[in-house]
Amino acid sequence: MKKKAQLELRTSPHAHAGQDVVQIMRNVVWATVPIAGFAVWQYGLSVLALLLTAVLSCLLSERLFNRLGLEPSTLGDWSASITGILLALTLPPGFPLWMTAVAGIIAIAMGKALFGGLGMNPLNPALVGRAFVQAAFPVAITTWTPSLFNGRFTSFIPTTLTAPFQRPPAITEWVQGVAVDSFAGATPLALMKFEHAATPVTDLILGATAGSTGESALVILVCGLYLAFRRMLDWRIPVSIMAATAFLSWAYQLIEPTAPGPLFMLCSGGLMLGAWFMASDMVGSPVTPLGVVIYGLLIGFITVAVRLFGGLNEGVMYAILLGNAATPLIDQWTQPRVFGADGRRKQA
Amino acid sequence: MNLAQLLGMASFRHGIHPPDHKAETASRPIRRMPFPPRLVLPLAQHIGKPALPLVQKGQEVVRGQPIAAADGYVSSPIHAPATGRVRGIELMPSARGPKEPAILLDVYESATQEVLWGSPRKMGELTPEEIVQAVWDSGMVGLGGAAFPSHVKLAPPKGLEVDVLVVNGCECEPYLTCDYRMMLEWTDDLVRGTRYAMLALGVKKAVIGIEDNKMDAVRRISDRISAGSGISVKAVETKYPQGAEKMLIKSALGREVPAGGLPAQIGVVVNNVGTLAMLGRLLPRGEGLIERVITVTGPGVERPGNYLVPIGATVGFVLKQAGLKDVRAEVILGGPMMGSSVPSFDTPIIKGTSGVLVLNEPAIGAEDQRIWPCIKCGRCLSACPMHLNPSMLGLLAAKREFDTMAEKYHLFDCFECGCCSYTCPSNIPLVQYFRIAKSIQREKAA
Repeated sequence: MKKKAQLELRTSPHAHAGQDVVQIMRNVVWATVPIAGFAVWQYGLSVLALLLTAVLSCLLSERLFNRLGLEPSTLGDWSASITGILLALTLPPGFPLWMTAVAGIIAIAMGKALFGGLGMNPLNPALVGRAFVQAAFPVAITTWTPSLFNGRFTSFIPTTLTAPFQRPPAITEWVQGVAVDSFAGATPLALMKFEHAATPVTDLILGATAGSTGESALVILVCGLYLAFRRMLDWRIPVSIMAATAFLSWAYQLIEPTAPGPLFMLCSGGLMLGAWFMASDMVGSPVTPLGVVIYGLLIGFITVAVRLFGGLNEGVMYAILLGNAATPLIDQWTQPRVFGADGRRKQA
Repeated sequence: MNLAQLLGMASFRHGIHPPDHKAETASRPIRRMPFPPRLVLPLAQHIGKPALPLVQKGQEVVRGQPIAAADGYVSSPIHAPATGRVRGIELMPSARGPKEPAILLDVYESATQEVLWGSPRKMGELTPEEIVQAVWDSGMVGLGGAAFPSHVKLAPPKGLEVDVLVVNGCECEPYLTCDYRMMLEWTDDLVRGTRYAMLALGVKKAVIGIEDNKMDAVRRISDRISAGSGISVKAVETKYPQGAEKMLIKSALGREVPAGGLPAQIGVVVNNVGTLAMLGRLLPRGEGLIERVITVTGPGVERPGNYLVPIGATVGFVLKQAGLKDVRAEVILGGPMMGSSVPSFDTPIIKGTSGVLVLNEPAIGAEDQRIWPCIKCGRCLSACPMHLNPSMLGLLAAKREFDTMAEKYHLFDCFECGCCSYTCPSNIPLVQYFRIAKSIQREKAA
């Protein structure tokens, strides 16, 4: 034994599973890359700009609040990047960049920093940002563009480059000029709700419909499964959301045969992205094993209720925000039964 | 109900599967270490009141002679592990932290390994009470780590009907293999010790629970027990903390110890295989506990293995024998999950020490890891074998809401197994928070 041995003192346990927050968050970012990449292939330059703007505005806001809070930078935990990417994926492809920046700032400021940063936010920050711009810019957020349009890699969608604080221009003429096929200009859910027109499920699976940037059900499913297999996502949440959605829409179809079926409901709109990447956000979801299932079922239920009976044609965002809001209560109600608790009651 | 249980495996819910690191020492037979020049024998090697010294400075003692007596019922005597001269009674470093009074013994260079004290007993003629007394006289305590005086365990309070003895051969802590080696090499002693414990308790049934990564131990013991003995061996799922008393009882018998209660309340007494194997050796000879098997292992050790060491040998001596690789090291007494790192090489191996684990870089250095806020991933809830909510407890601890932790979130059901800290992706030292919270609550109550 050498003379000047130096003994380290630490408290138990002296072993760790190894996976840390940064690793989890980085993997979530990687898992969204294929979804984002697919969207860029569908919509071209505009979506690339949309993604960059959303991520940058989130990162800059996060850094600003770090400075204001006199705390070390938290950009390294990747969570602000995730917020930015997810936010972009929920916006229309041609959403004006300045509005995107506003959404990003709101997402971080009001969705996250206001409550104390990472781990403290009751609601999903990306959805807070989206809810804000949905209320503030109702026209821009429902202006859809056809996917795979001509010249998408050489020019922007006209609305993308709207000057700050200006309304985006109308794009009906532009759409007619570039669309490959006839373009309805409405999302599958809107078509279903207001015109009772069904969209082929294959189109939904690929996301080859009018809709938000990240809506290709198949790509999202694959990426979500990757995270679930790496144990960086609680599979019980998306599975219970999808189960509730499928069951309720199946049951309702028995009563009302013209209503949309389970497959349509699962693959349309933001359900896949919401279920796998937003509702499953650890911070806003319950921690108890029973709680996560209740939470998932609740989100599925609200989604179906809004879509079938509400004034809106899409309800995933509100369903998740309401699920987030209900999380503390669900956690309270579903505290685990302590080992040996029955015995204690008997004794008492 | 988890997958393992669905497949018919005996287990409990939750827990973790850390890498076991047992291959380094599992095949190394128990070897005796030479006497160190000096032994450090703390008076408090067990749970309960410290022992009262029977020797004075300068007194000569022989190997096996009692040198400290039990002070009251929940206390245990201490015997001289080697022939030598008492150097004095001084404050010495301990694994628990504060310095504690200890008898220092200078060992004679020519001291023999032969035990010079104690007279053989005819075990078959003893009444249960006499067996309990013999256990007490031997200074035996739980060798699994808790160091609870064994005679107290073997005489459960009146009014509690104990019907089965559970023998804990799980050894769920990573790295450690001393229990495994004892099961293989001291099989007959273990079976004999189990019989003594059954006689003392007056039970007809004993179940030896062993994790299913040690099937050769399961087979070896099964071969050595006779049909009518009432002793059976049960393989349980390999999962940490299977060797925790409450978890093993659940796995082996399906019974759940009441929260805050004792195994005896549901008719069970648990003893470690090492404790019973040692009793099987000591009781017939009428000797005291003067040595034990420890696993010396870890990436920082040159010659890992299982060693029979005299109680009171210092960590420094043990590591001199086994070889210490690096200058910068973390030396842990016990396993990596629940063991504690020692502040000094003068810290002695005591009765409850099951191993010396030496971590070197890069295994240490984890301390520099940044602690992130809790992201409510819920991994700690899925890991906690007591089904607590460590996430919430951790948040409450940070807010110093210790009363809420104790009253509403069952703080005192936590036995500090470390599963929550192990899984936490935010590197929150949850167990340490809970230890602090508990001691503050205890102080408030006192």
